[in-house]
Amino acid sequence: MKIRDHNELFCGREYQEQFERKKEFENPFPAEKIAEVSEWTRTEEYKEKNFARKHIKINPAKACQPLGAIFCASSFADTLPFVQGAQGCVAYFRSHLSRHFKEPMAAVSTSMTEDAAVFGGLNNMLDGLENAYSLYNPKMLAVCTTCMAEVIGDDLNAYIRQAKGKGLIPQDLPVPFAHTPSFSGSHLAGYDGMMKAILQAVTAGRKGDPNGKINLIPGFDTYTGDYRELARMLGLMGVAHTILADASGTYDSPNTGQYKLYPGGTTLEDAADSVNAMATIALQKYSTAKTLDFVRKEWVQRTAAITPVGIRNTDRFLEEISAITGRPVPAELEAERGRAVDAMTDSHPYVHGKRFALVGDPDLLLGLMSFIMEMGGLPVHVVCTNGDKNFRAEAEELLASSPFGAKAAVHTNRDMWHLRSLMFTDPVDLLIGNSYAKFLWQDTGTPIVRIGFPLFDRHHLHRYPVIGYQGALNILTWIVNTVLDELDRKTMHTASFDAIR
Amino acid sequence: MKNPIEETRKIIDEVMEAYPEKTKKDRAKHVKPNDPTGACGTCQVKSNVKSRPGVMTVRGCAFAGAKGVVWGPVKDQVSISHGPIGCGQYSWWSRRNYYNGQTGIDTFGTMHITTDFQEKDIVYGGDKSLTEALREVKEMFPLARGIGILSECPVGLIGDDIEAVSRKAAAELGIPVVPVRCEGFRGVSQSLGHHIANDTIRDHILGKGGKLEKTTPYDVNIIGDYNIGGDAWASRKILEEMGLRVVAQWTGDSSVNELAIANSAKLNLIHCYRSMNYICRHMEETYGMPWVEFNFFGPTKIEESIRGIASHFDARIMEKAEAVIAKYKPRMDEVIAEYRPKLEGRKVMLYVGGLRPRHTIGAYEDLGMEVIASGYEFGHNDDYKRTYPVMKEGAVIMDDATLYELEEFTRRLRPDMVGSGIKEKYSYHKMGVPFRQMHSWDYSGPYHGFDGFPVFARDMDMTVNSPVWDLIRRKKPGT
Repeated sequence: MKIRDHNELFCGREYQEQFERKKEFENPFPAEKIAEVSEWTRTEEYKEKNFARKHIKINPAKACQPLGAIFCASSFADTLPFVQGAQGCVAYFRSHLSRHFKEPMAAVSTSMTEDAAVFGGLNNMLDGLENAYSLYNPKMLAVCTTCMAEVIGDDLNAYIRQAKGKGLIPQDLPVPFAHTPSFSGSHLAGYDGMMKAILQAVTAGRKGDPNGKINLIPGFDTYTGDYRELARMLGLMGVAHTILADASGTYDSPNTGQYKLYPGGTTLEDAADSVNAMATIALQKYSTAKTLDFVRKEWVQRTAAITPVGIRNTDRFLEEISAITGRPVPAELEAERGRAVDAMTDSHPYVHGKRFALVGDPDLLLGLMSFIMEMGGLPVHVVCTNGDKNFRAEAEELLASSPFGAKAAVHTNRDMWHLRSLMFTDPVDLLIGNSYAKFLWQDTGTPIVRIGFPLFDRHHLHRYPVIGYQGALNILTWIVNTVLDELDRKTMHTASFDAIR
Repeated sequence: MKNPIEETRKIIDEVMEAYPEKTKKDRAKHVKPNDPTGACGTCQVKSNVKSRPGVMTVRGCAFAGAKGVVWGPVKDQVSISHGPIGCGQYSWWSRRNYYNGQTGIDTFGTMHITTDFQEKDIVYGGDKSLTEALREVKEMFPLARGIGILSECPVGLIGDDIEAVSRKAAAELGIPVVPVRCEGFRGVSQSLGHHIANDTIRDHILGKGGKLEKTTPYDVNIIGDYNIGGDAWASRKILEEMGLRVVAQWTGDSSVNELAIANSAKLNLIHCYRSMNYICRHMEETYGMPWVEFNFFGPTKIEESIRGIASHFDARIMEKAEAVIAKYKPRMDEVIAEYRPKLEGRKVMLYVGGLRPRHTIGAYEDLGMEVIASGYEFGHNDDYKRTYPVMKEGAVIMDDATLYELEEFTRRLRPDMVGSGIKEKYSYHKMGVPFRQMHSWDYSGPYHGFDGFPVFARDMDMTVNSPVWDLIRRKKPGT
């Protein structure tokens, strides 16, 4: 039986006529006026006005601190993210993460309302801790805040102490807390703050003999495939390690017909022992700055931040691990490198000289820019809404290090509406961004490769790694096949419609 | 013989056992066995009160109700998420309120526009920056028919005067600038946000400066249809075929003009009673315009509603109404013949919002399915009163259910499918329970009208009868 849903239904004549009739009541602008304004928004003149705006963001690519905080917290085993503040925020965080991972995500709110705005959120926190502990039996409650709790200045430390003093939750239950105001930083700062708070709490008093491991902090990495790839690479090297924290257990759990509130994650015991590791390596710099600072100063560990996206970045990462542990990079990884590079030699004609626009989080952007230049691609427009001046300096230095970076400009604190102007006035061949970047594809016709967060409109991309040599191969595959798909679309009515490319 | 109410009460009591004393006492008032007759004195569900902290409520906030539900779909207005970055980001084009127009030029539905509050805005106030932001919006989007300022939590807490900013800006920019005080901490759920949004449409747009050349005796408005997956279009089609003239759609695919001229119509037809009864009451009091509730889910309810709506008009419309029903009857029969045998007797549990916990029951019944439990995220007493009679004796009725309760009731009631939201969806997938998102239609739709029912039937069939559920190797509990 033929069923027509919205994808076809509204293209039909009856509906098209309905839409025409409806205009009588809409009072629309004349079609010529709309066309005129539409044209104008593609001009240099519009771009100048667009770049002059300072008080409004249009399609920005960043989220707020508590989202990063609860993502971090949920990557630890048996840990319930607990958000002090208004409840709508938590509904939003859970929805957002579930839409990306296509997985359940548990987090609770203290449901603060107007009376809490006047009297403070103490009672909400006490009731909340008691309820959450009795209902959901976590081994750790990781507390962060919404902007409401931050604006009214709730004293998390005192509240938690009271809850323990009153026996609402056990004295020895770890309840780390991080202040995560949404009006400063982005989800990256929230991840960092929560990670530092958790590590501080679970390692207190645990300094002992060196455990011979290294710690790895992936940062706000929403590719579950990366966590497994990381463990696999270190496994091949024979390096004992702890991932702080492993989101893949939580956000890519097997279907066993049972719903588990805490399906995986780094165990609290492993996390507690991380203070005794020989070094801590972060895979992102801009979501782990405070945590690494803490690790360096308080744990007196060697630290480094290297994002293993692309060939040379992966080389550097493995060399660093090798230098710390004294273990050589094994032949198997070397062979993988060879295979990834071999694939790049095969595909380079379709990437060389291609102009790229990129939008996303700072560390991933740095990795992607590096990899694109390794293939002879040209980063042109780089937009990082949540990038700071350090990121800008680092990005510019990277671009200056290669002739393929000469055409690029880095735009921090800008958004995808700025990028739209850039793509109209100075067109590119390919766009890399999250699902919301698809509107740039819609407007400019530039083919999009979906890499980043969130990925809502394509399935399972996040289950593949983007780090390591395997990740390089995946990114290469997505990029080159997007180029080839576009080539097919463009040549389908010409002689150039090749069967072999 | 077993008493269904008492049987269900036993189950509810068991589920409540896990709560600490204070919370147990509270939650027990929100979950009841259904009594369709109203004779049972202890079966009334308590609703529209604060959620308990820490229990994992599914509810959202006033901002979600005002920006996400009511104002967001108004296509030619720029809705600014005023405050920090998150709220606008997470509500970005997530409700699928379809519209026609050129986005970024004369319509703005799929955009996320925000003042992105920083520390300095909290310390010094955001009004000055907002004034500049409004000018920038007008400059970037000269064809915007209005600007809405949808407040996030900090705006109300730091005492900004967005009303004063709006007044000045409206005069300067020459378009309506609507301050909406929908800070997330106000009220107890999305519901207050709907009410606040209704009030701001009333105060700033309705009856003010709209353009409508002529009126007819057959002018109606569709109220409370957000055109999710094209729902309102499917409903409008029926009304137009009945000979009615739909003047305004609130607010799916609506324009500011439609909000302004709605008071010129003769009758308000309200689908989502919860989110828009306020404006209907206002138009009734102020313009003497009657309103009628209707239900366009599933042929039984659609036919009933078509006749109900037609009864407000003359014989010509009533005749046409019958002709419309007759026209679609064969198609509806065909759909039922195809899908009912595959779905007969299957049990459904619903936990949604707005109108769906009761309005979709008829459509399930048209397919031979039974709704054994239903609940509202943000319902009020009047919603529950409309729900008791349409559910069977002993069905579970839940208000503001928690993740824990949903899981427990699923275990005990063993529904064949569950309809709820994105936050619930994947825990059901893990349980191996067929699931359909009944907020967004799981990116399908429309579900309204004669054109929507076949889609609804197809979707419920693919949910319940997908072979993937049989691939799950079920581990025994506790392993």
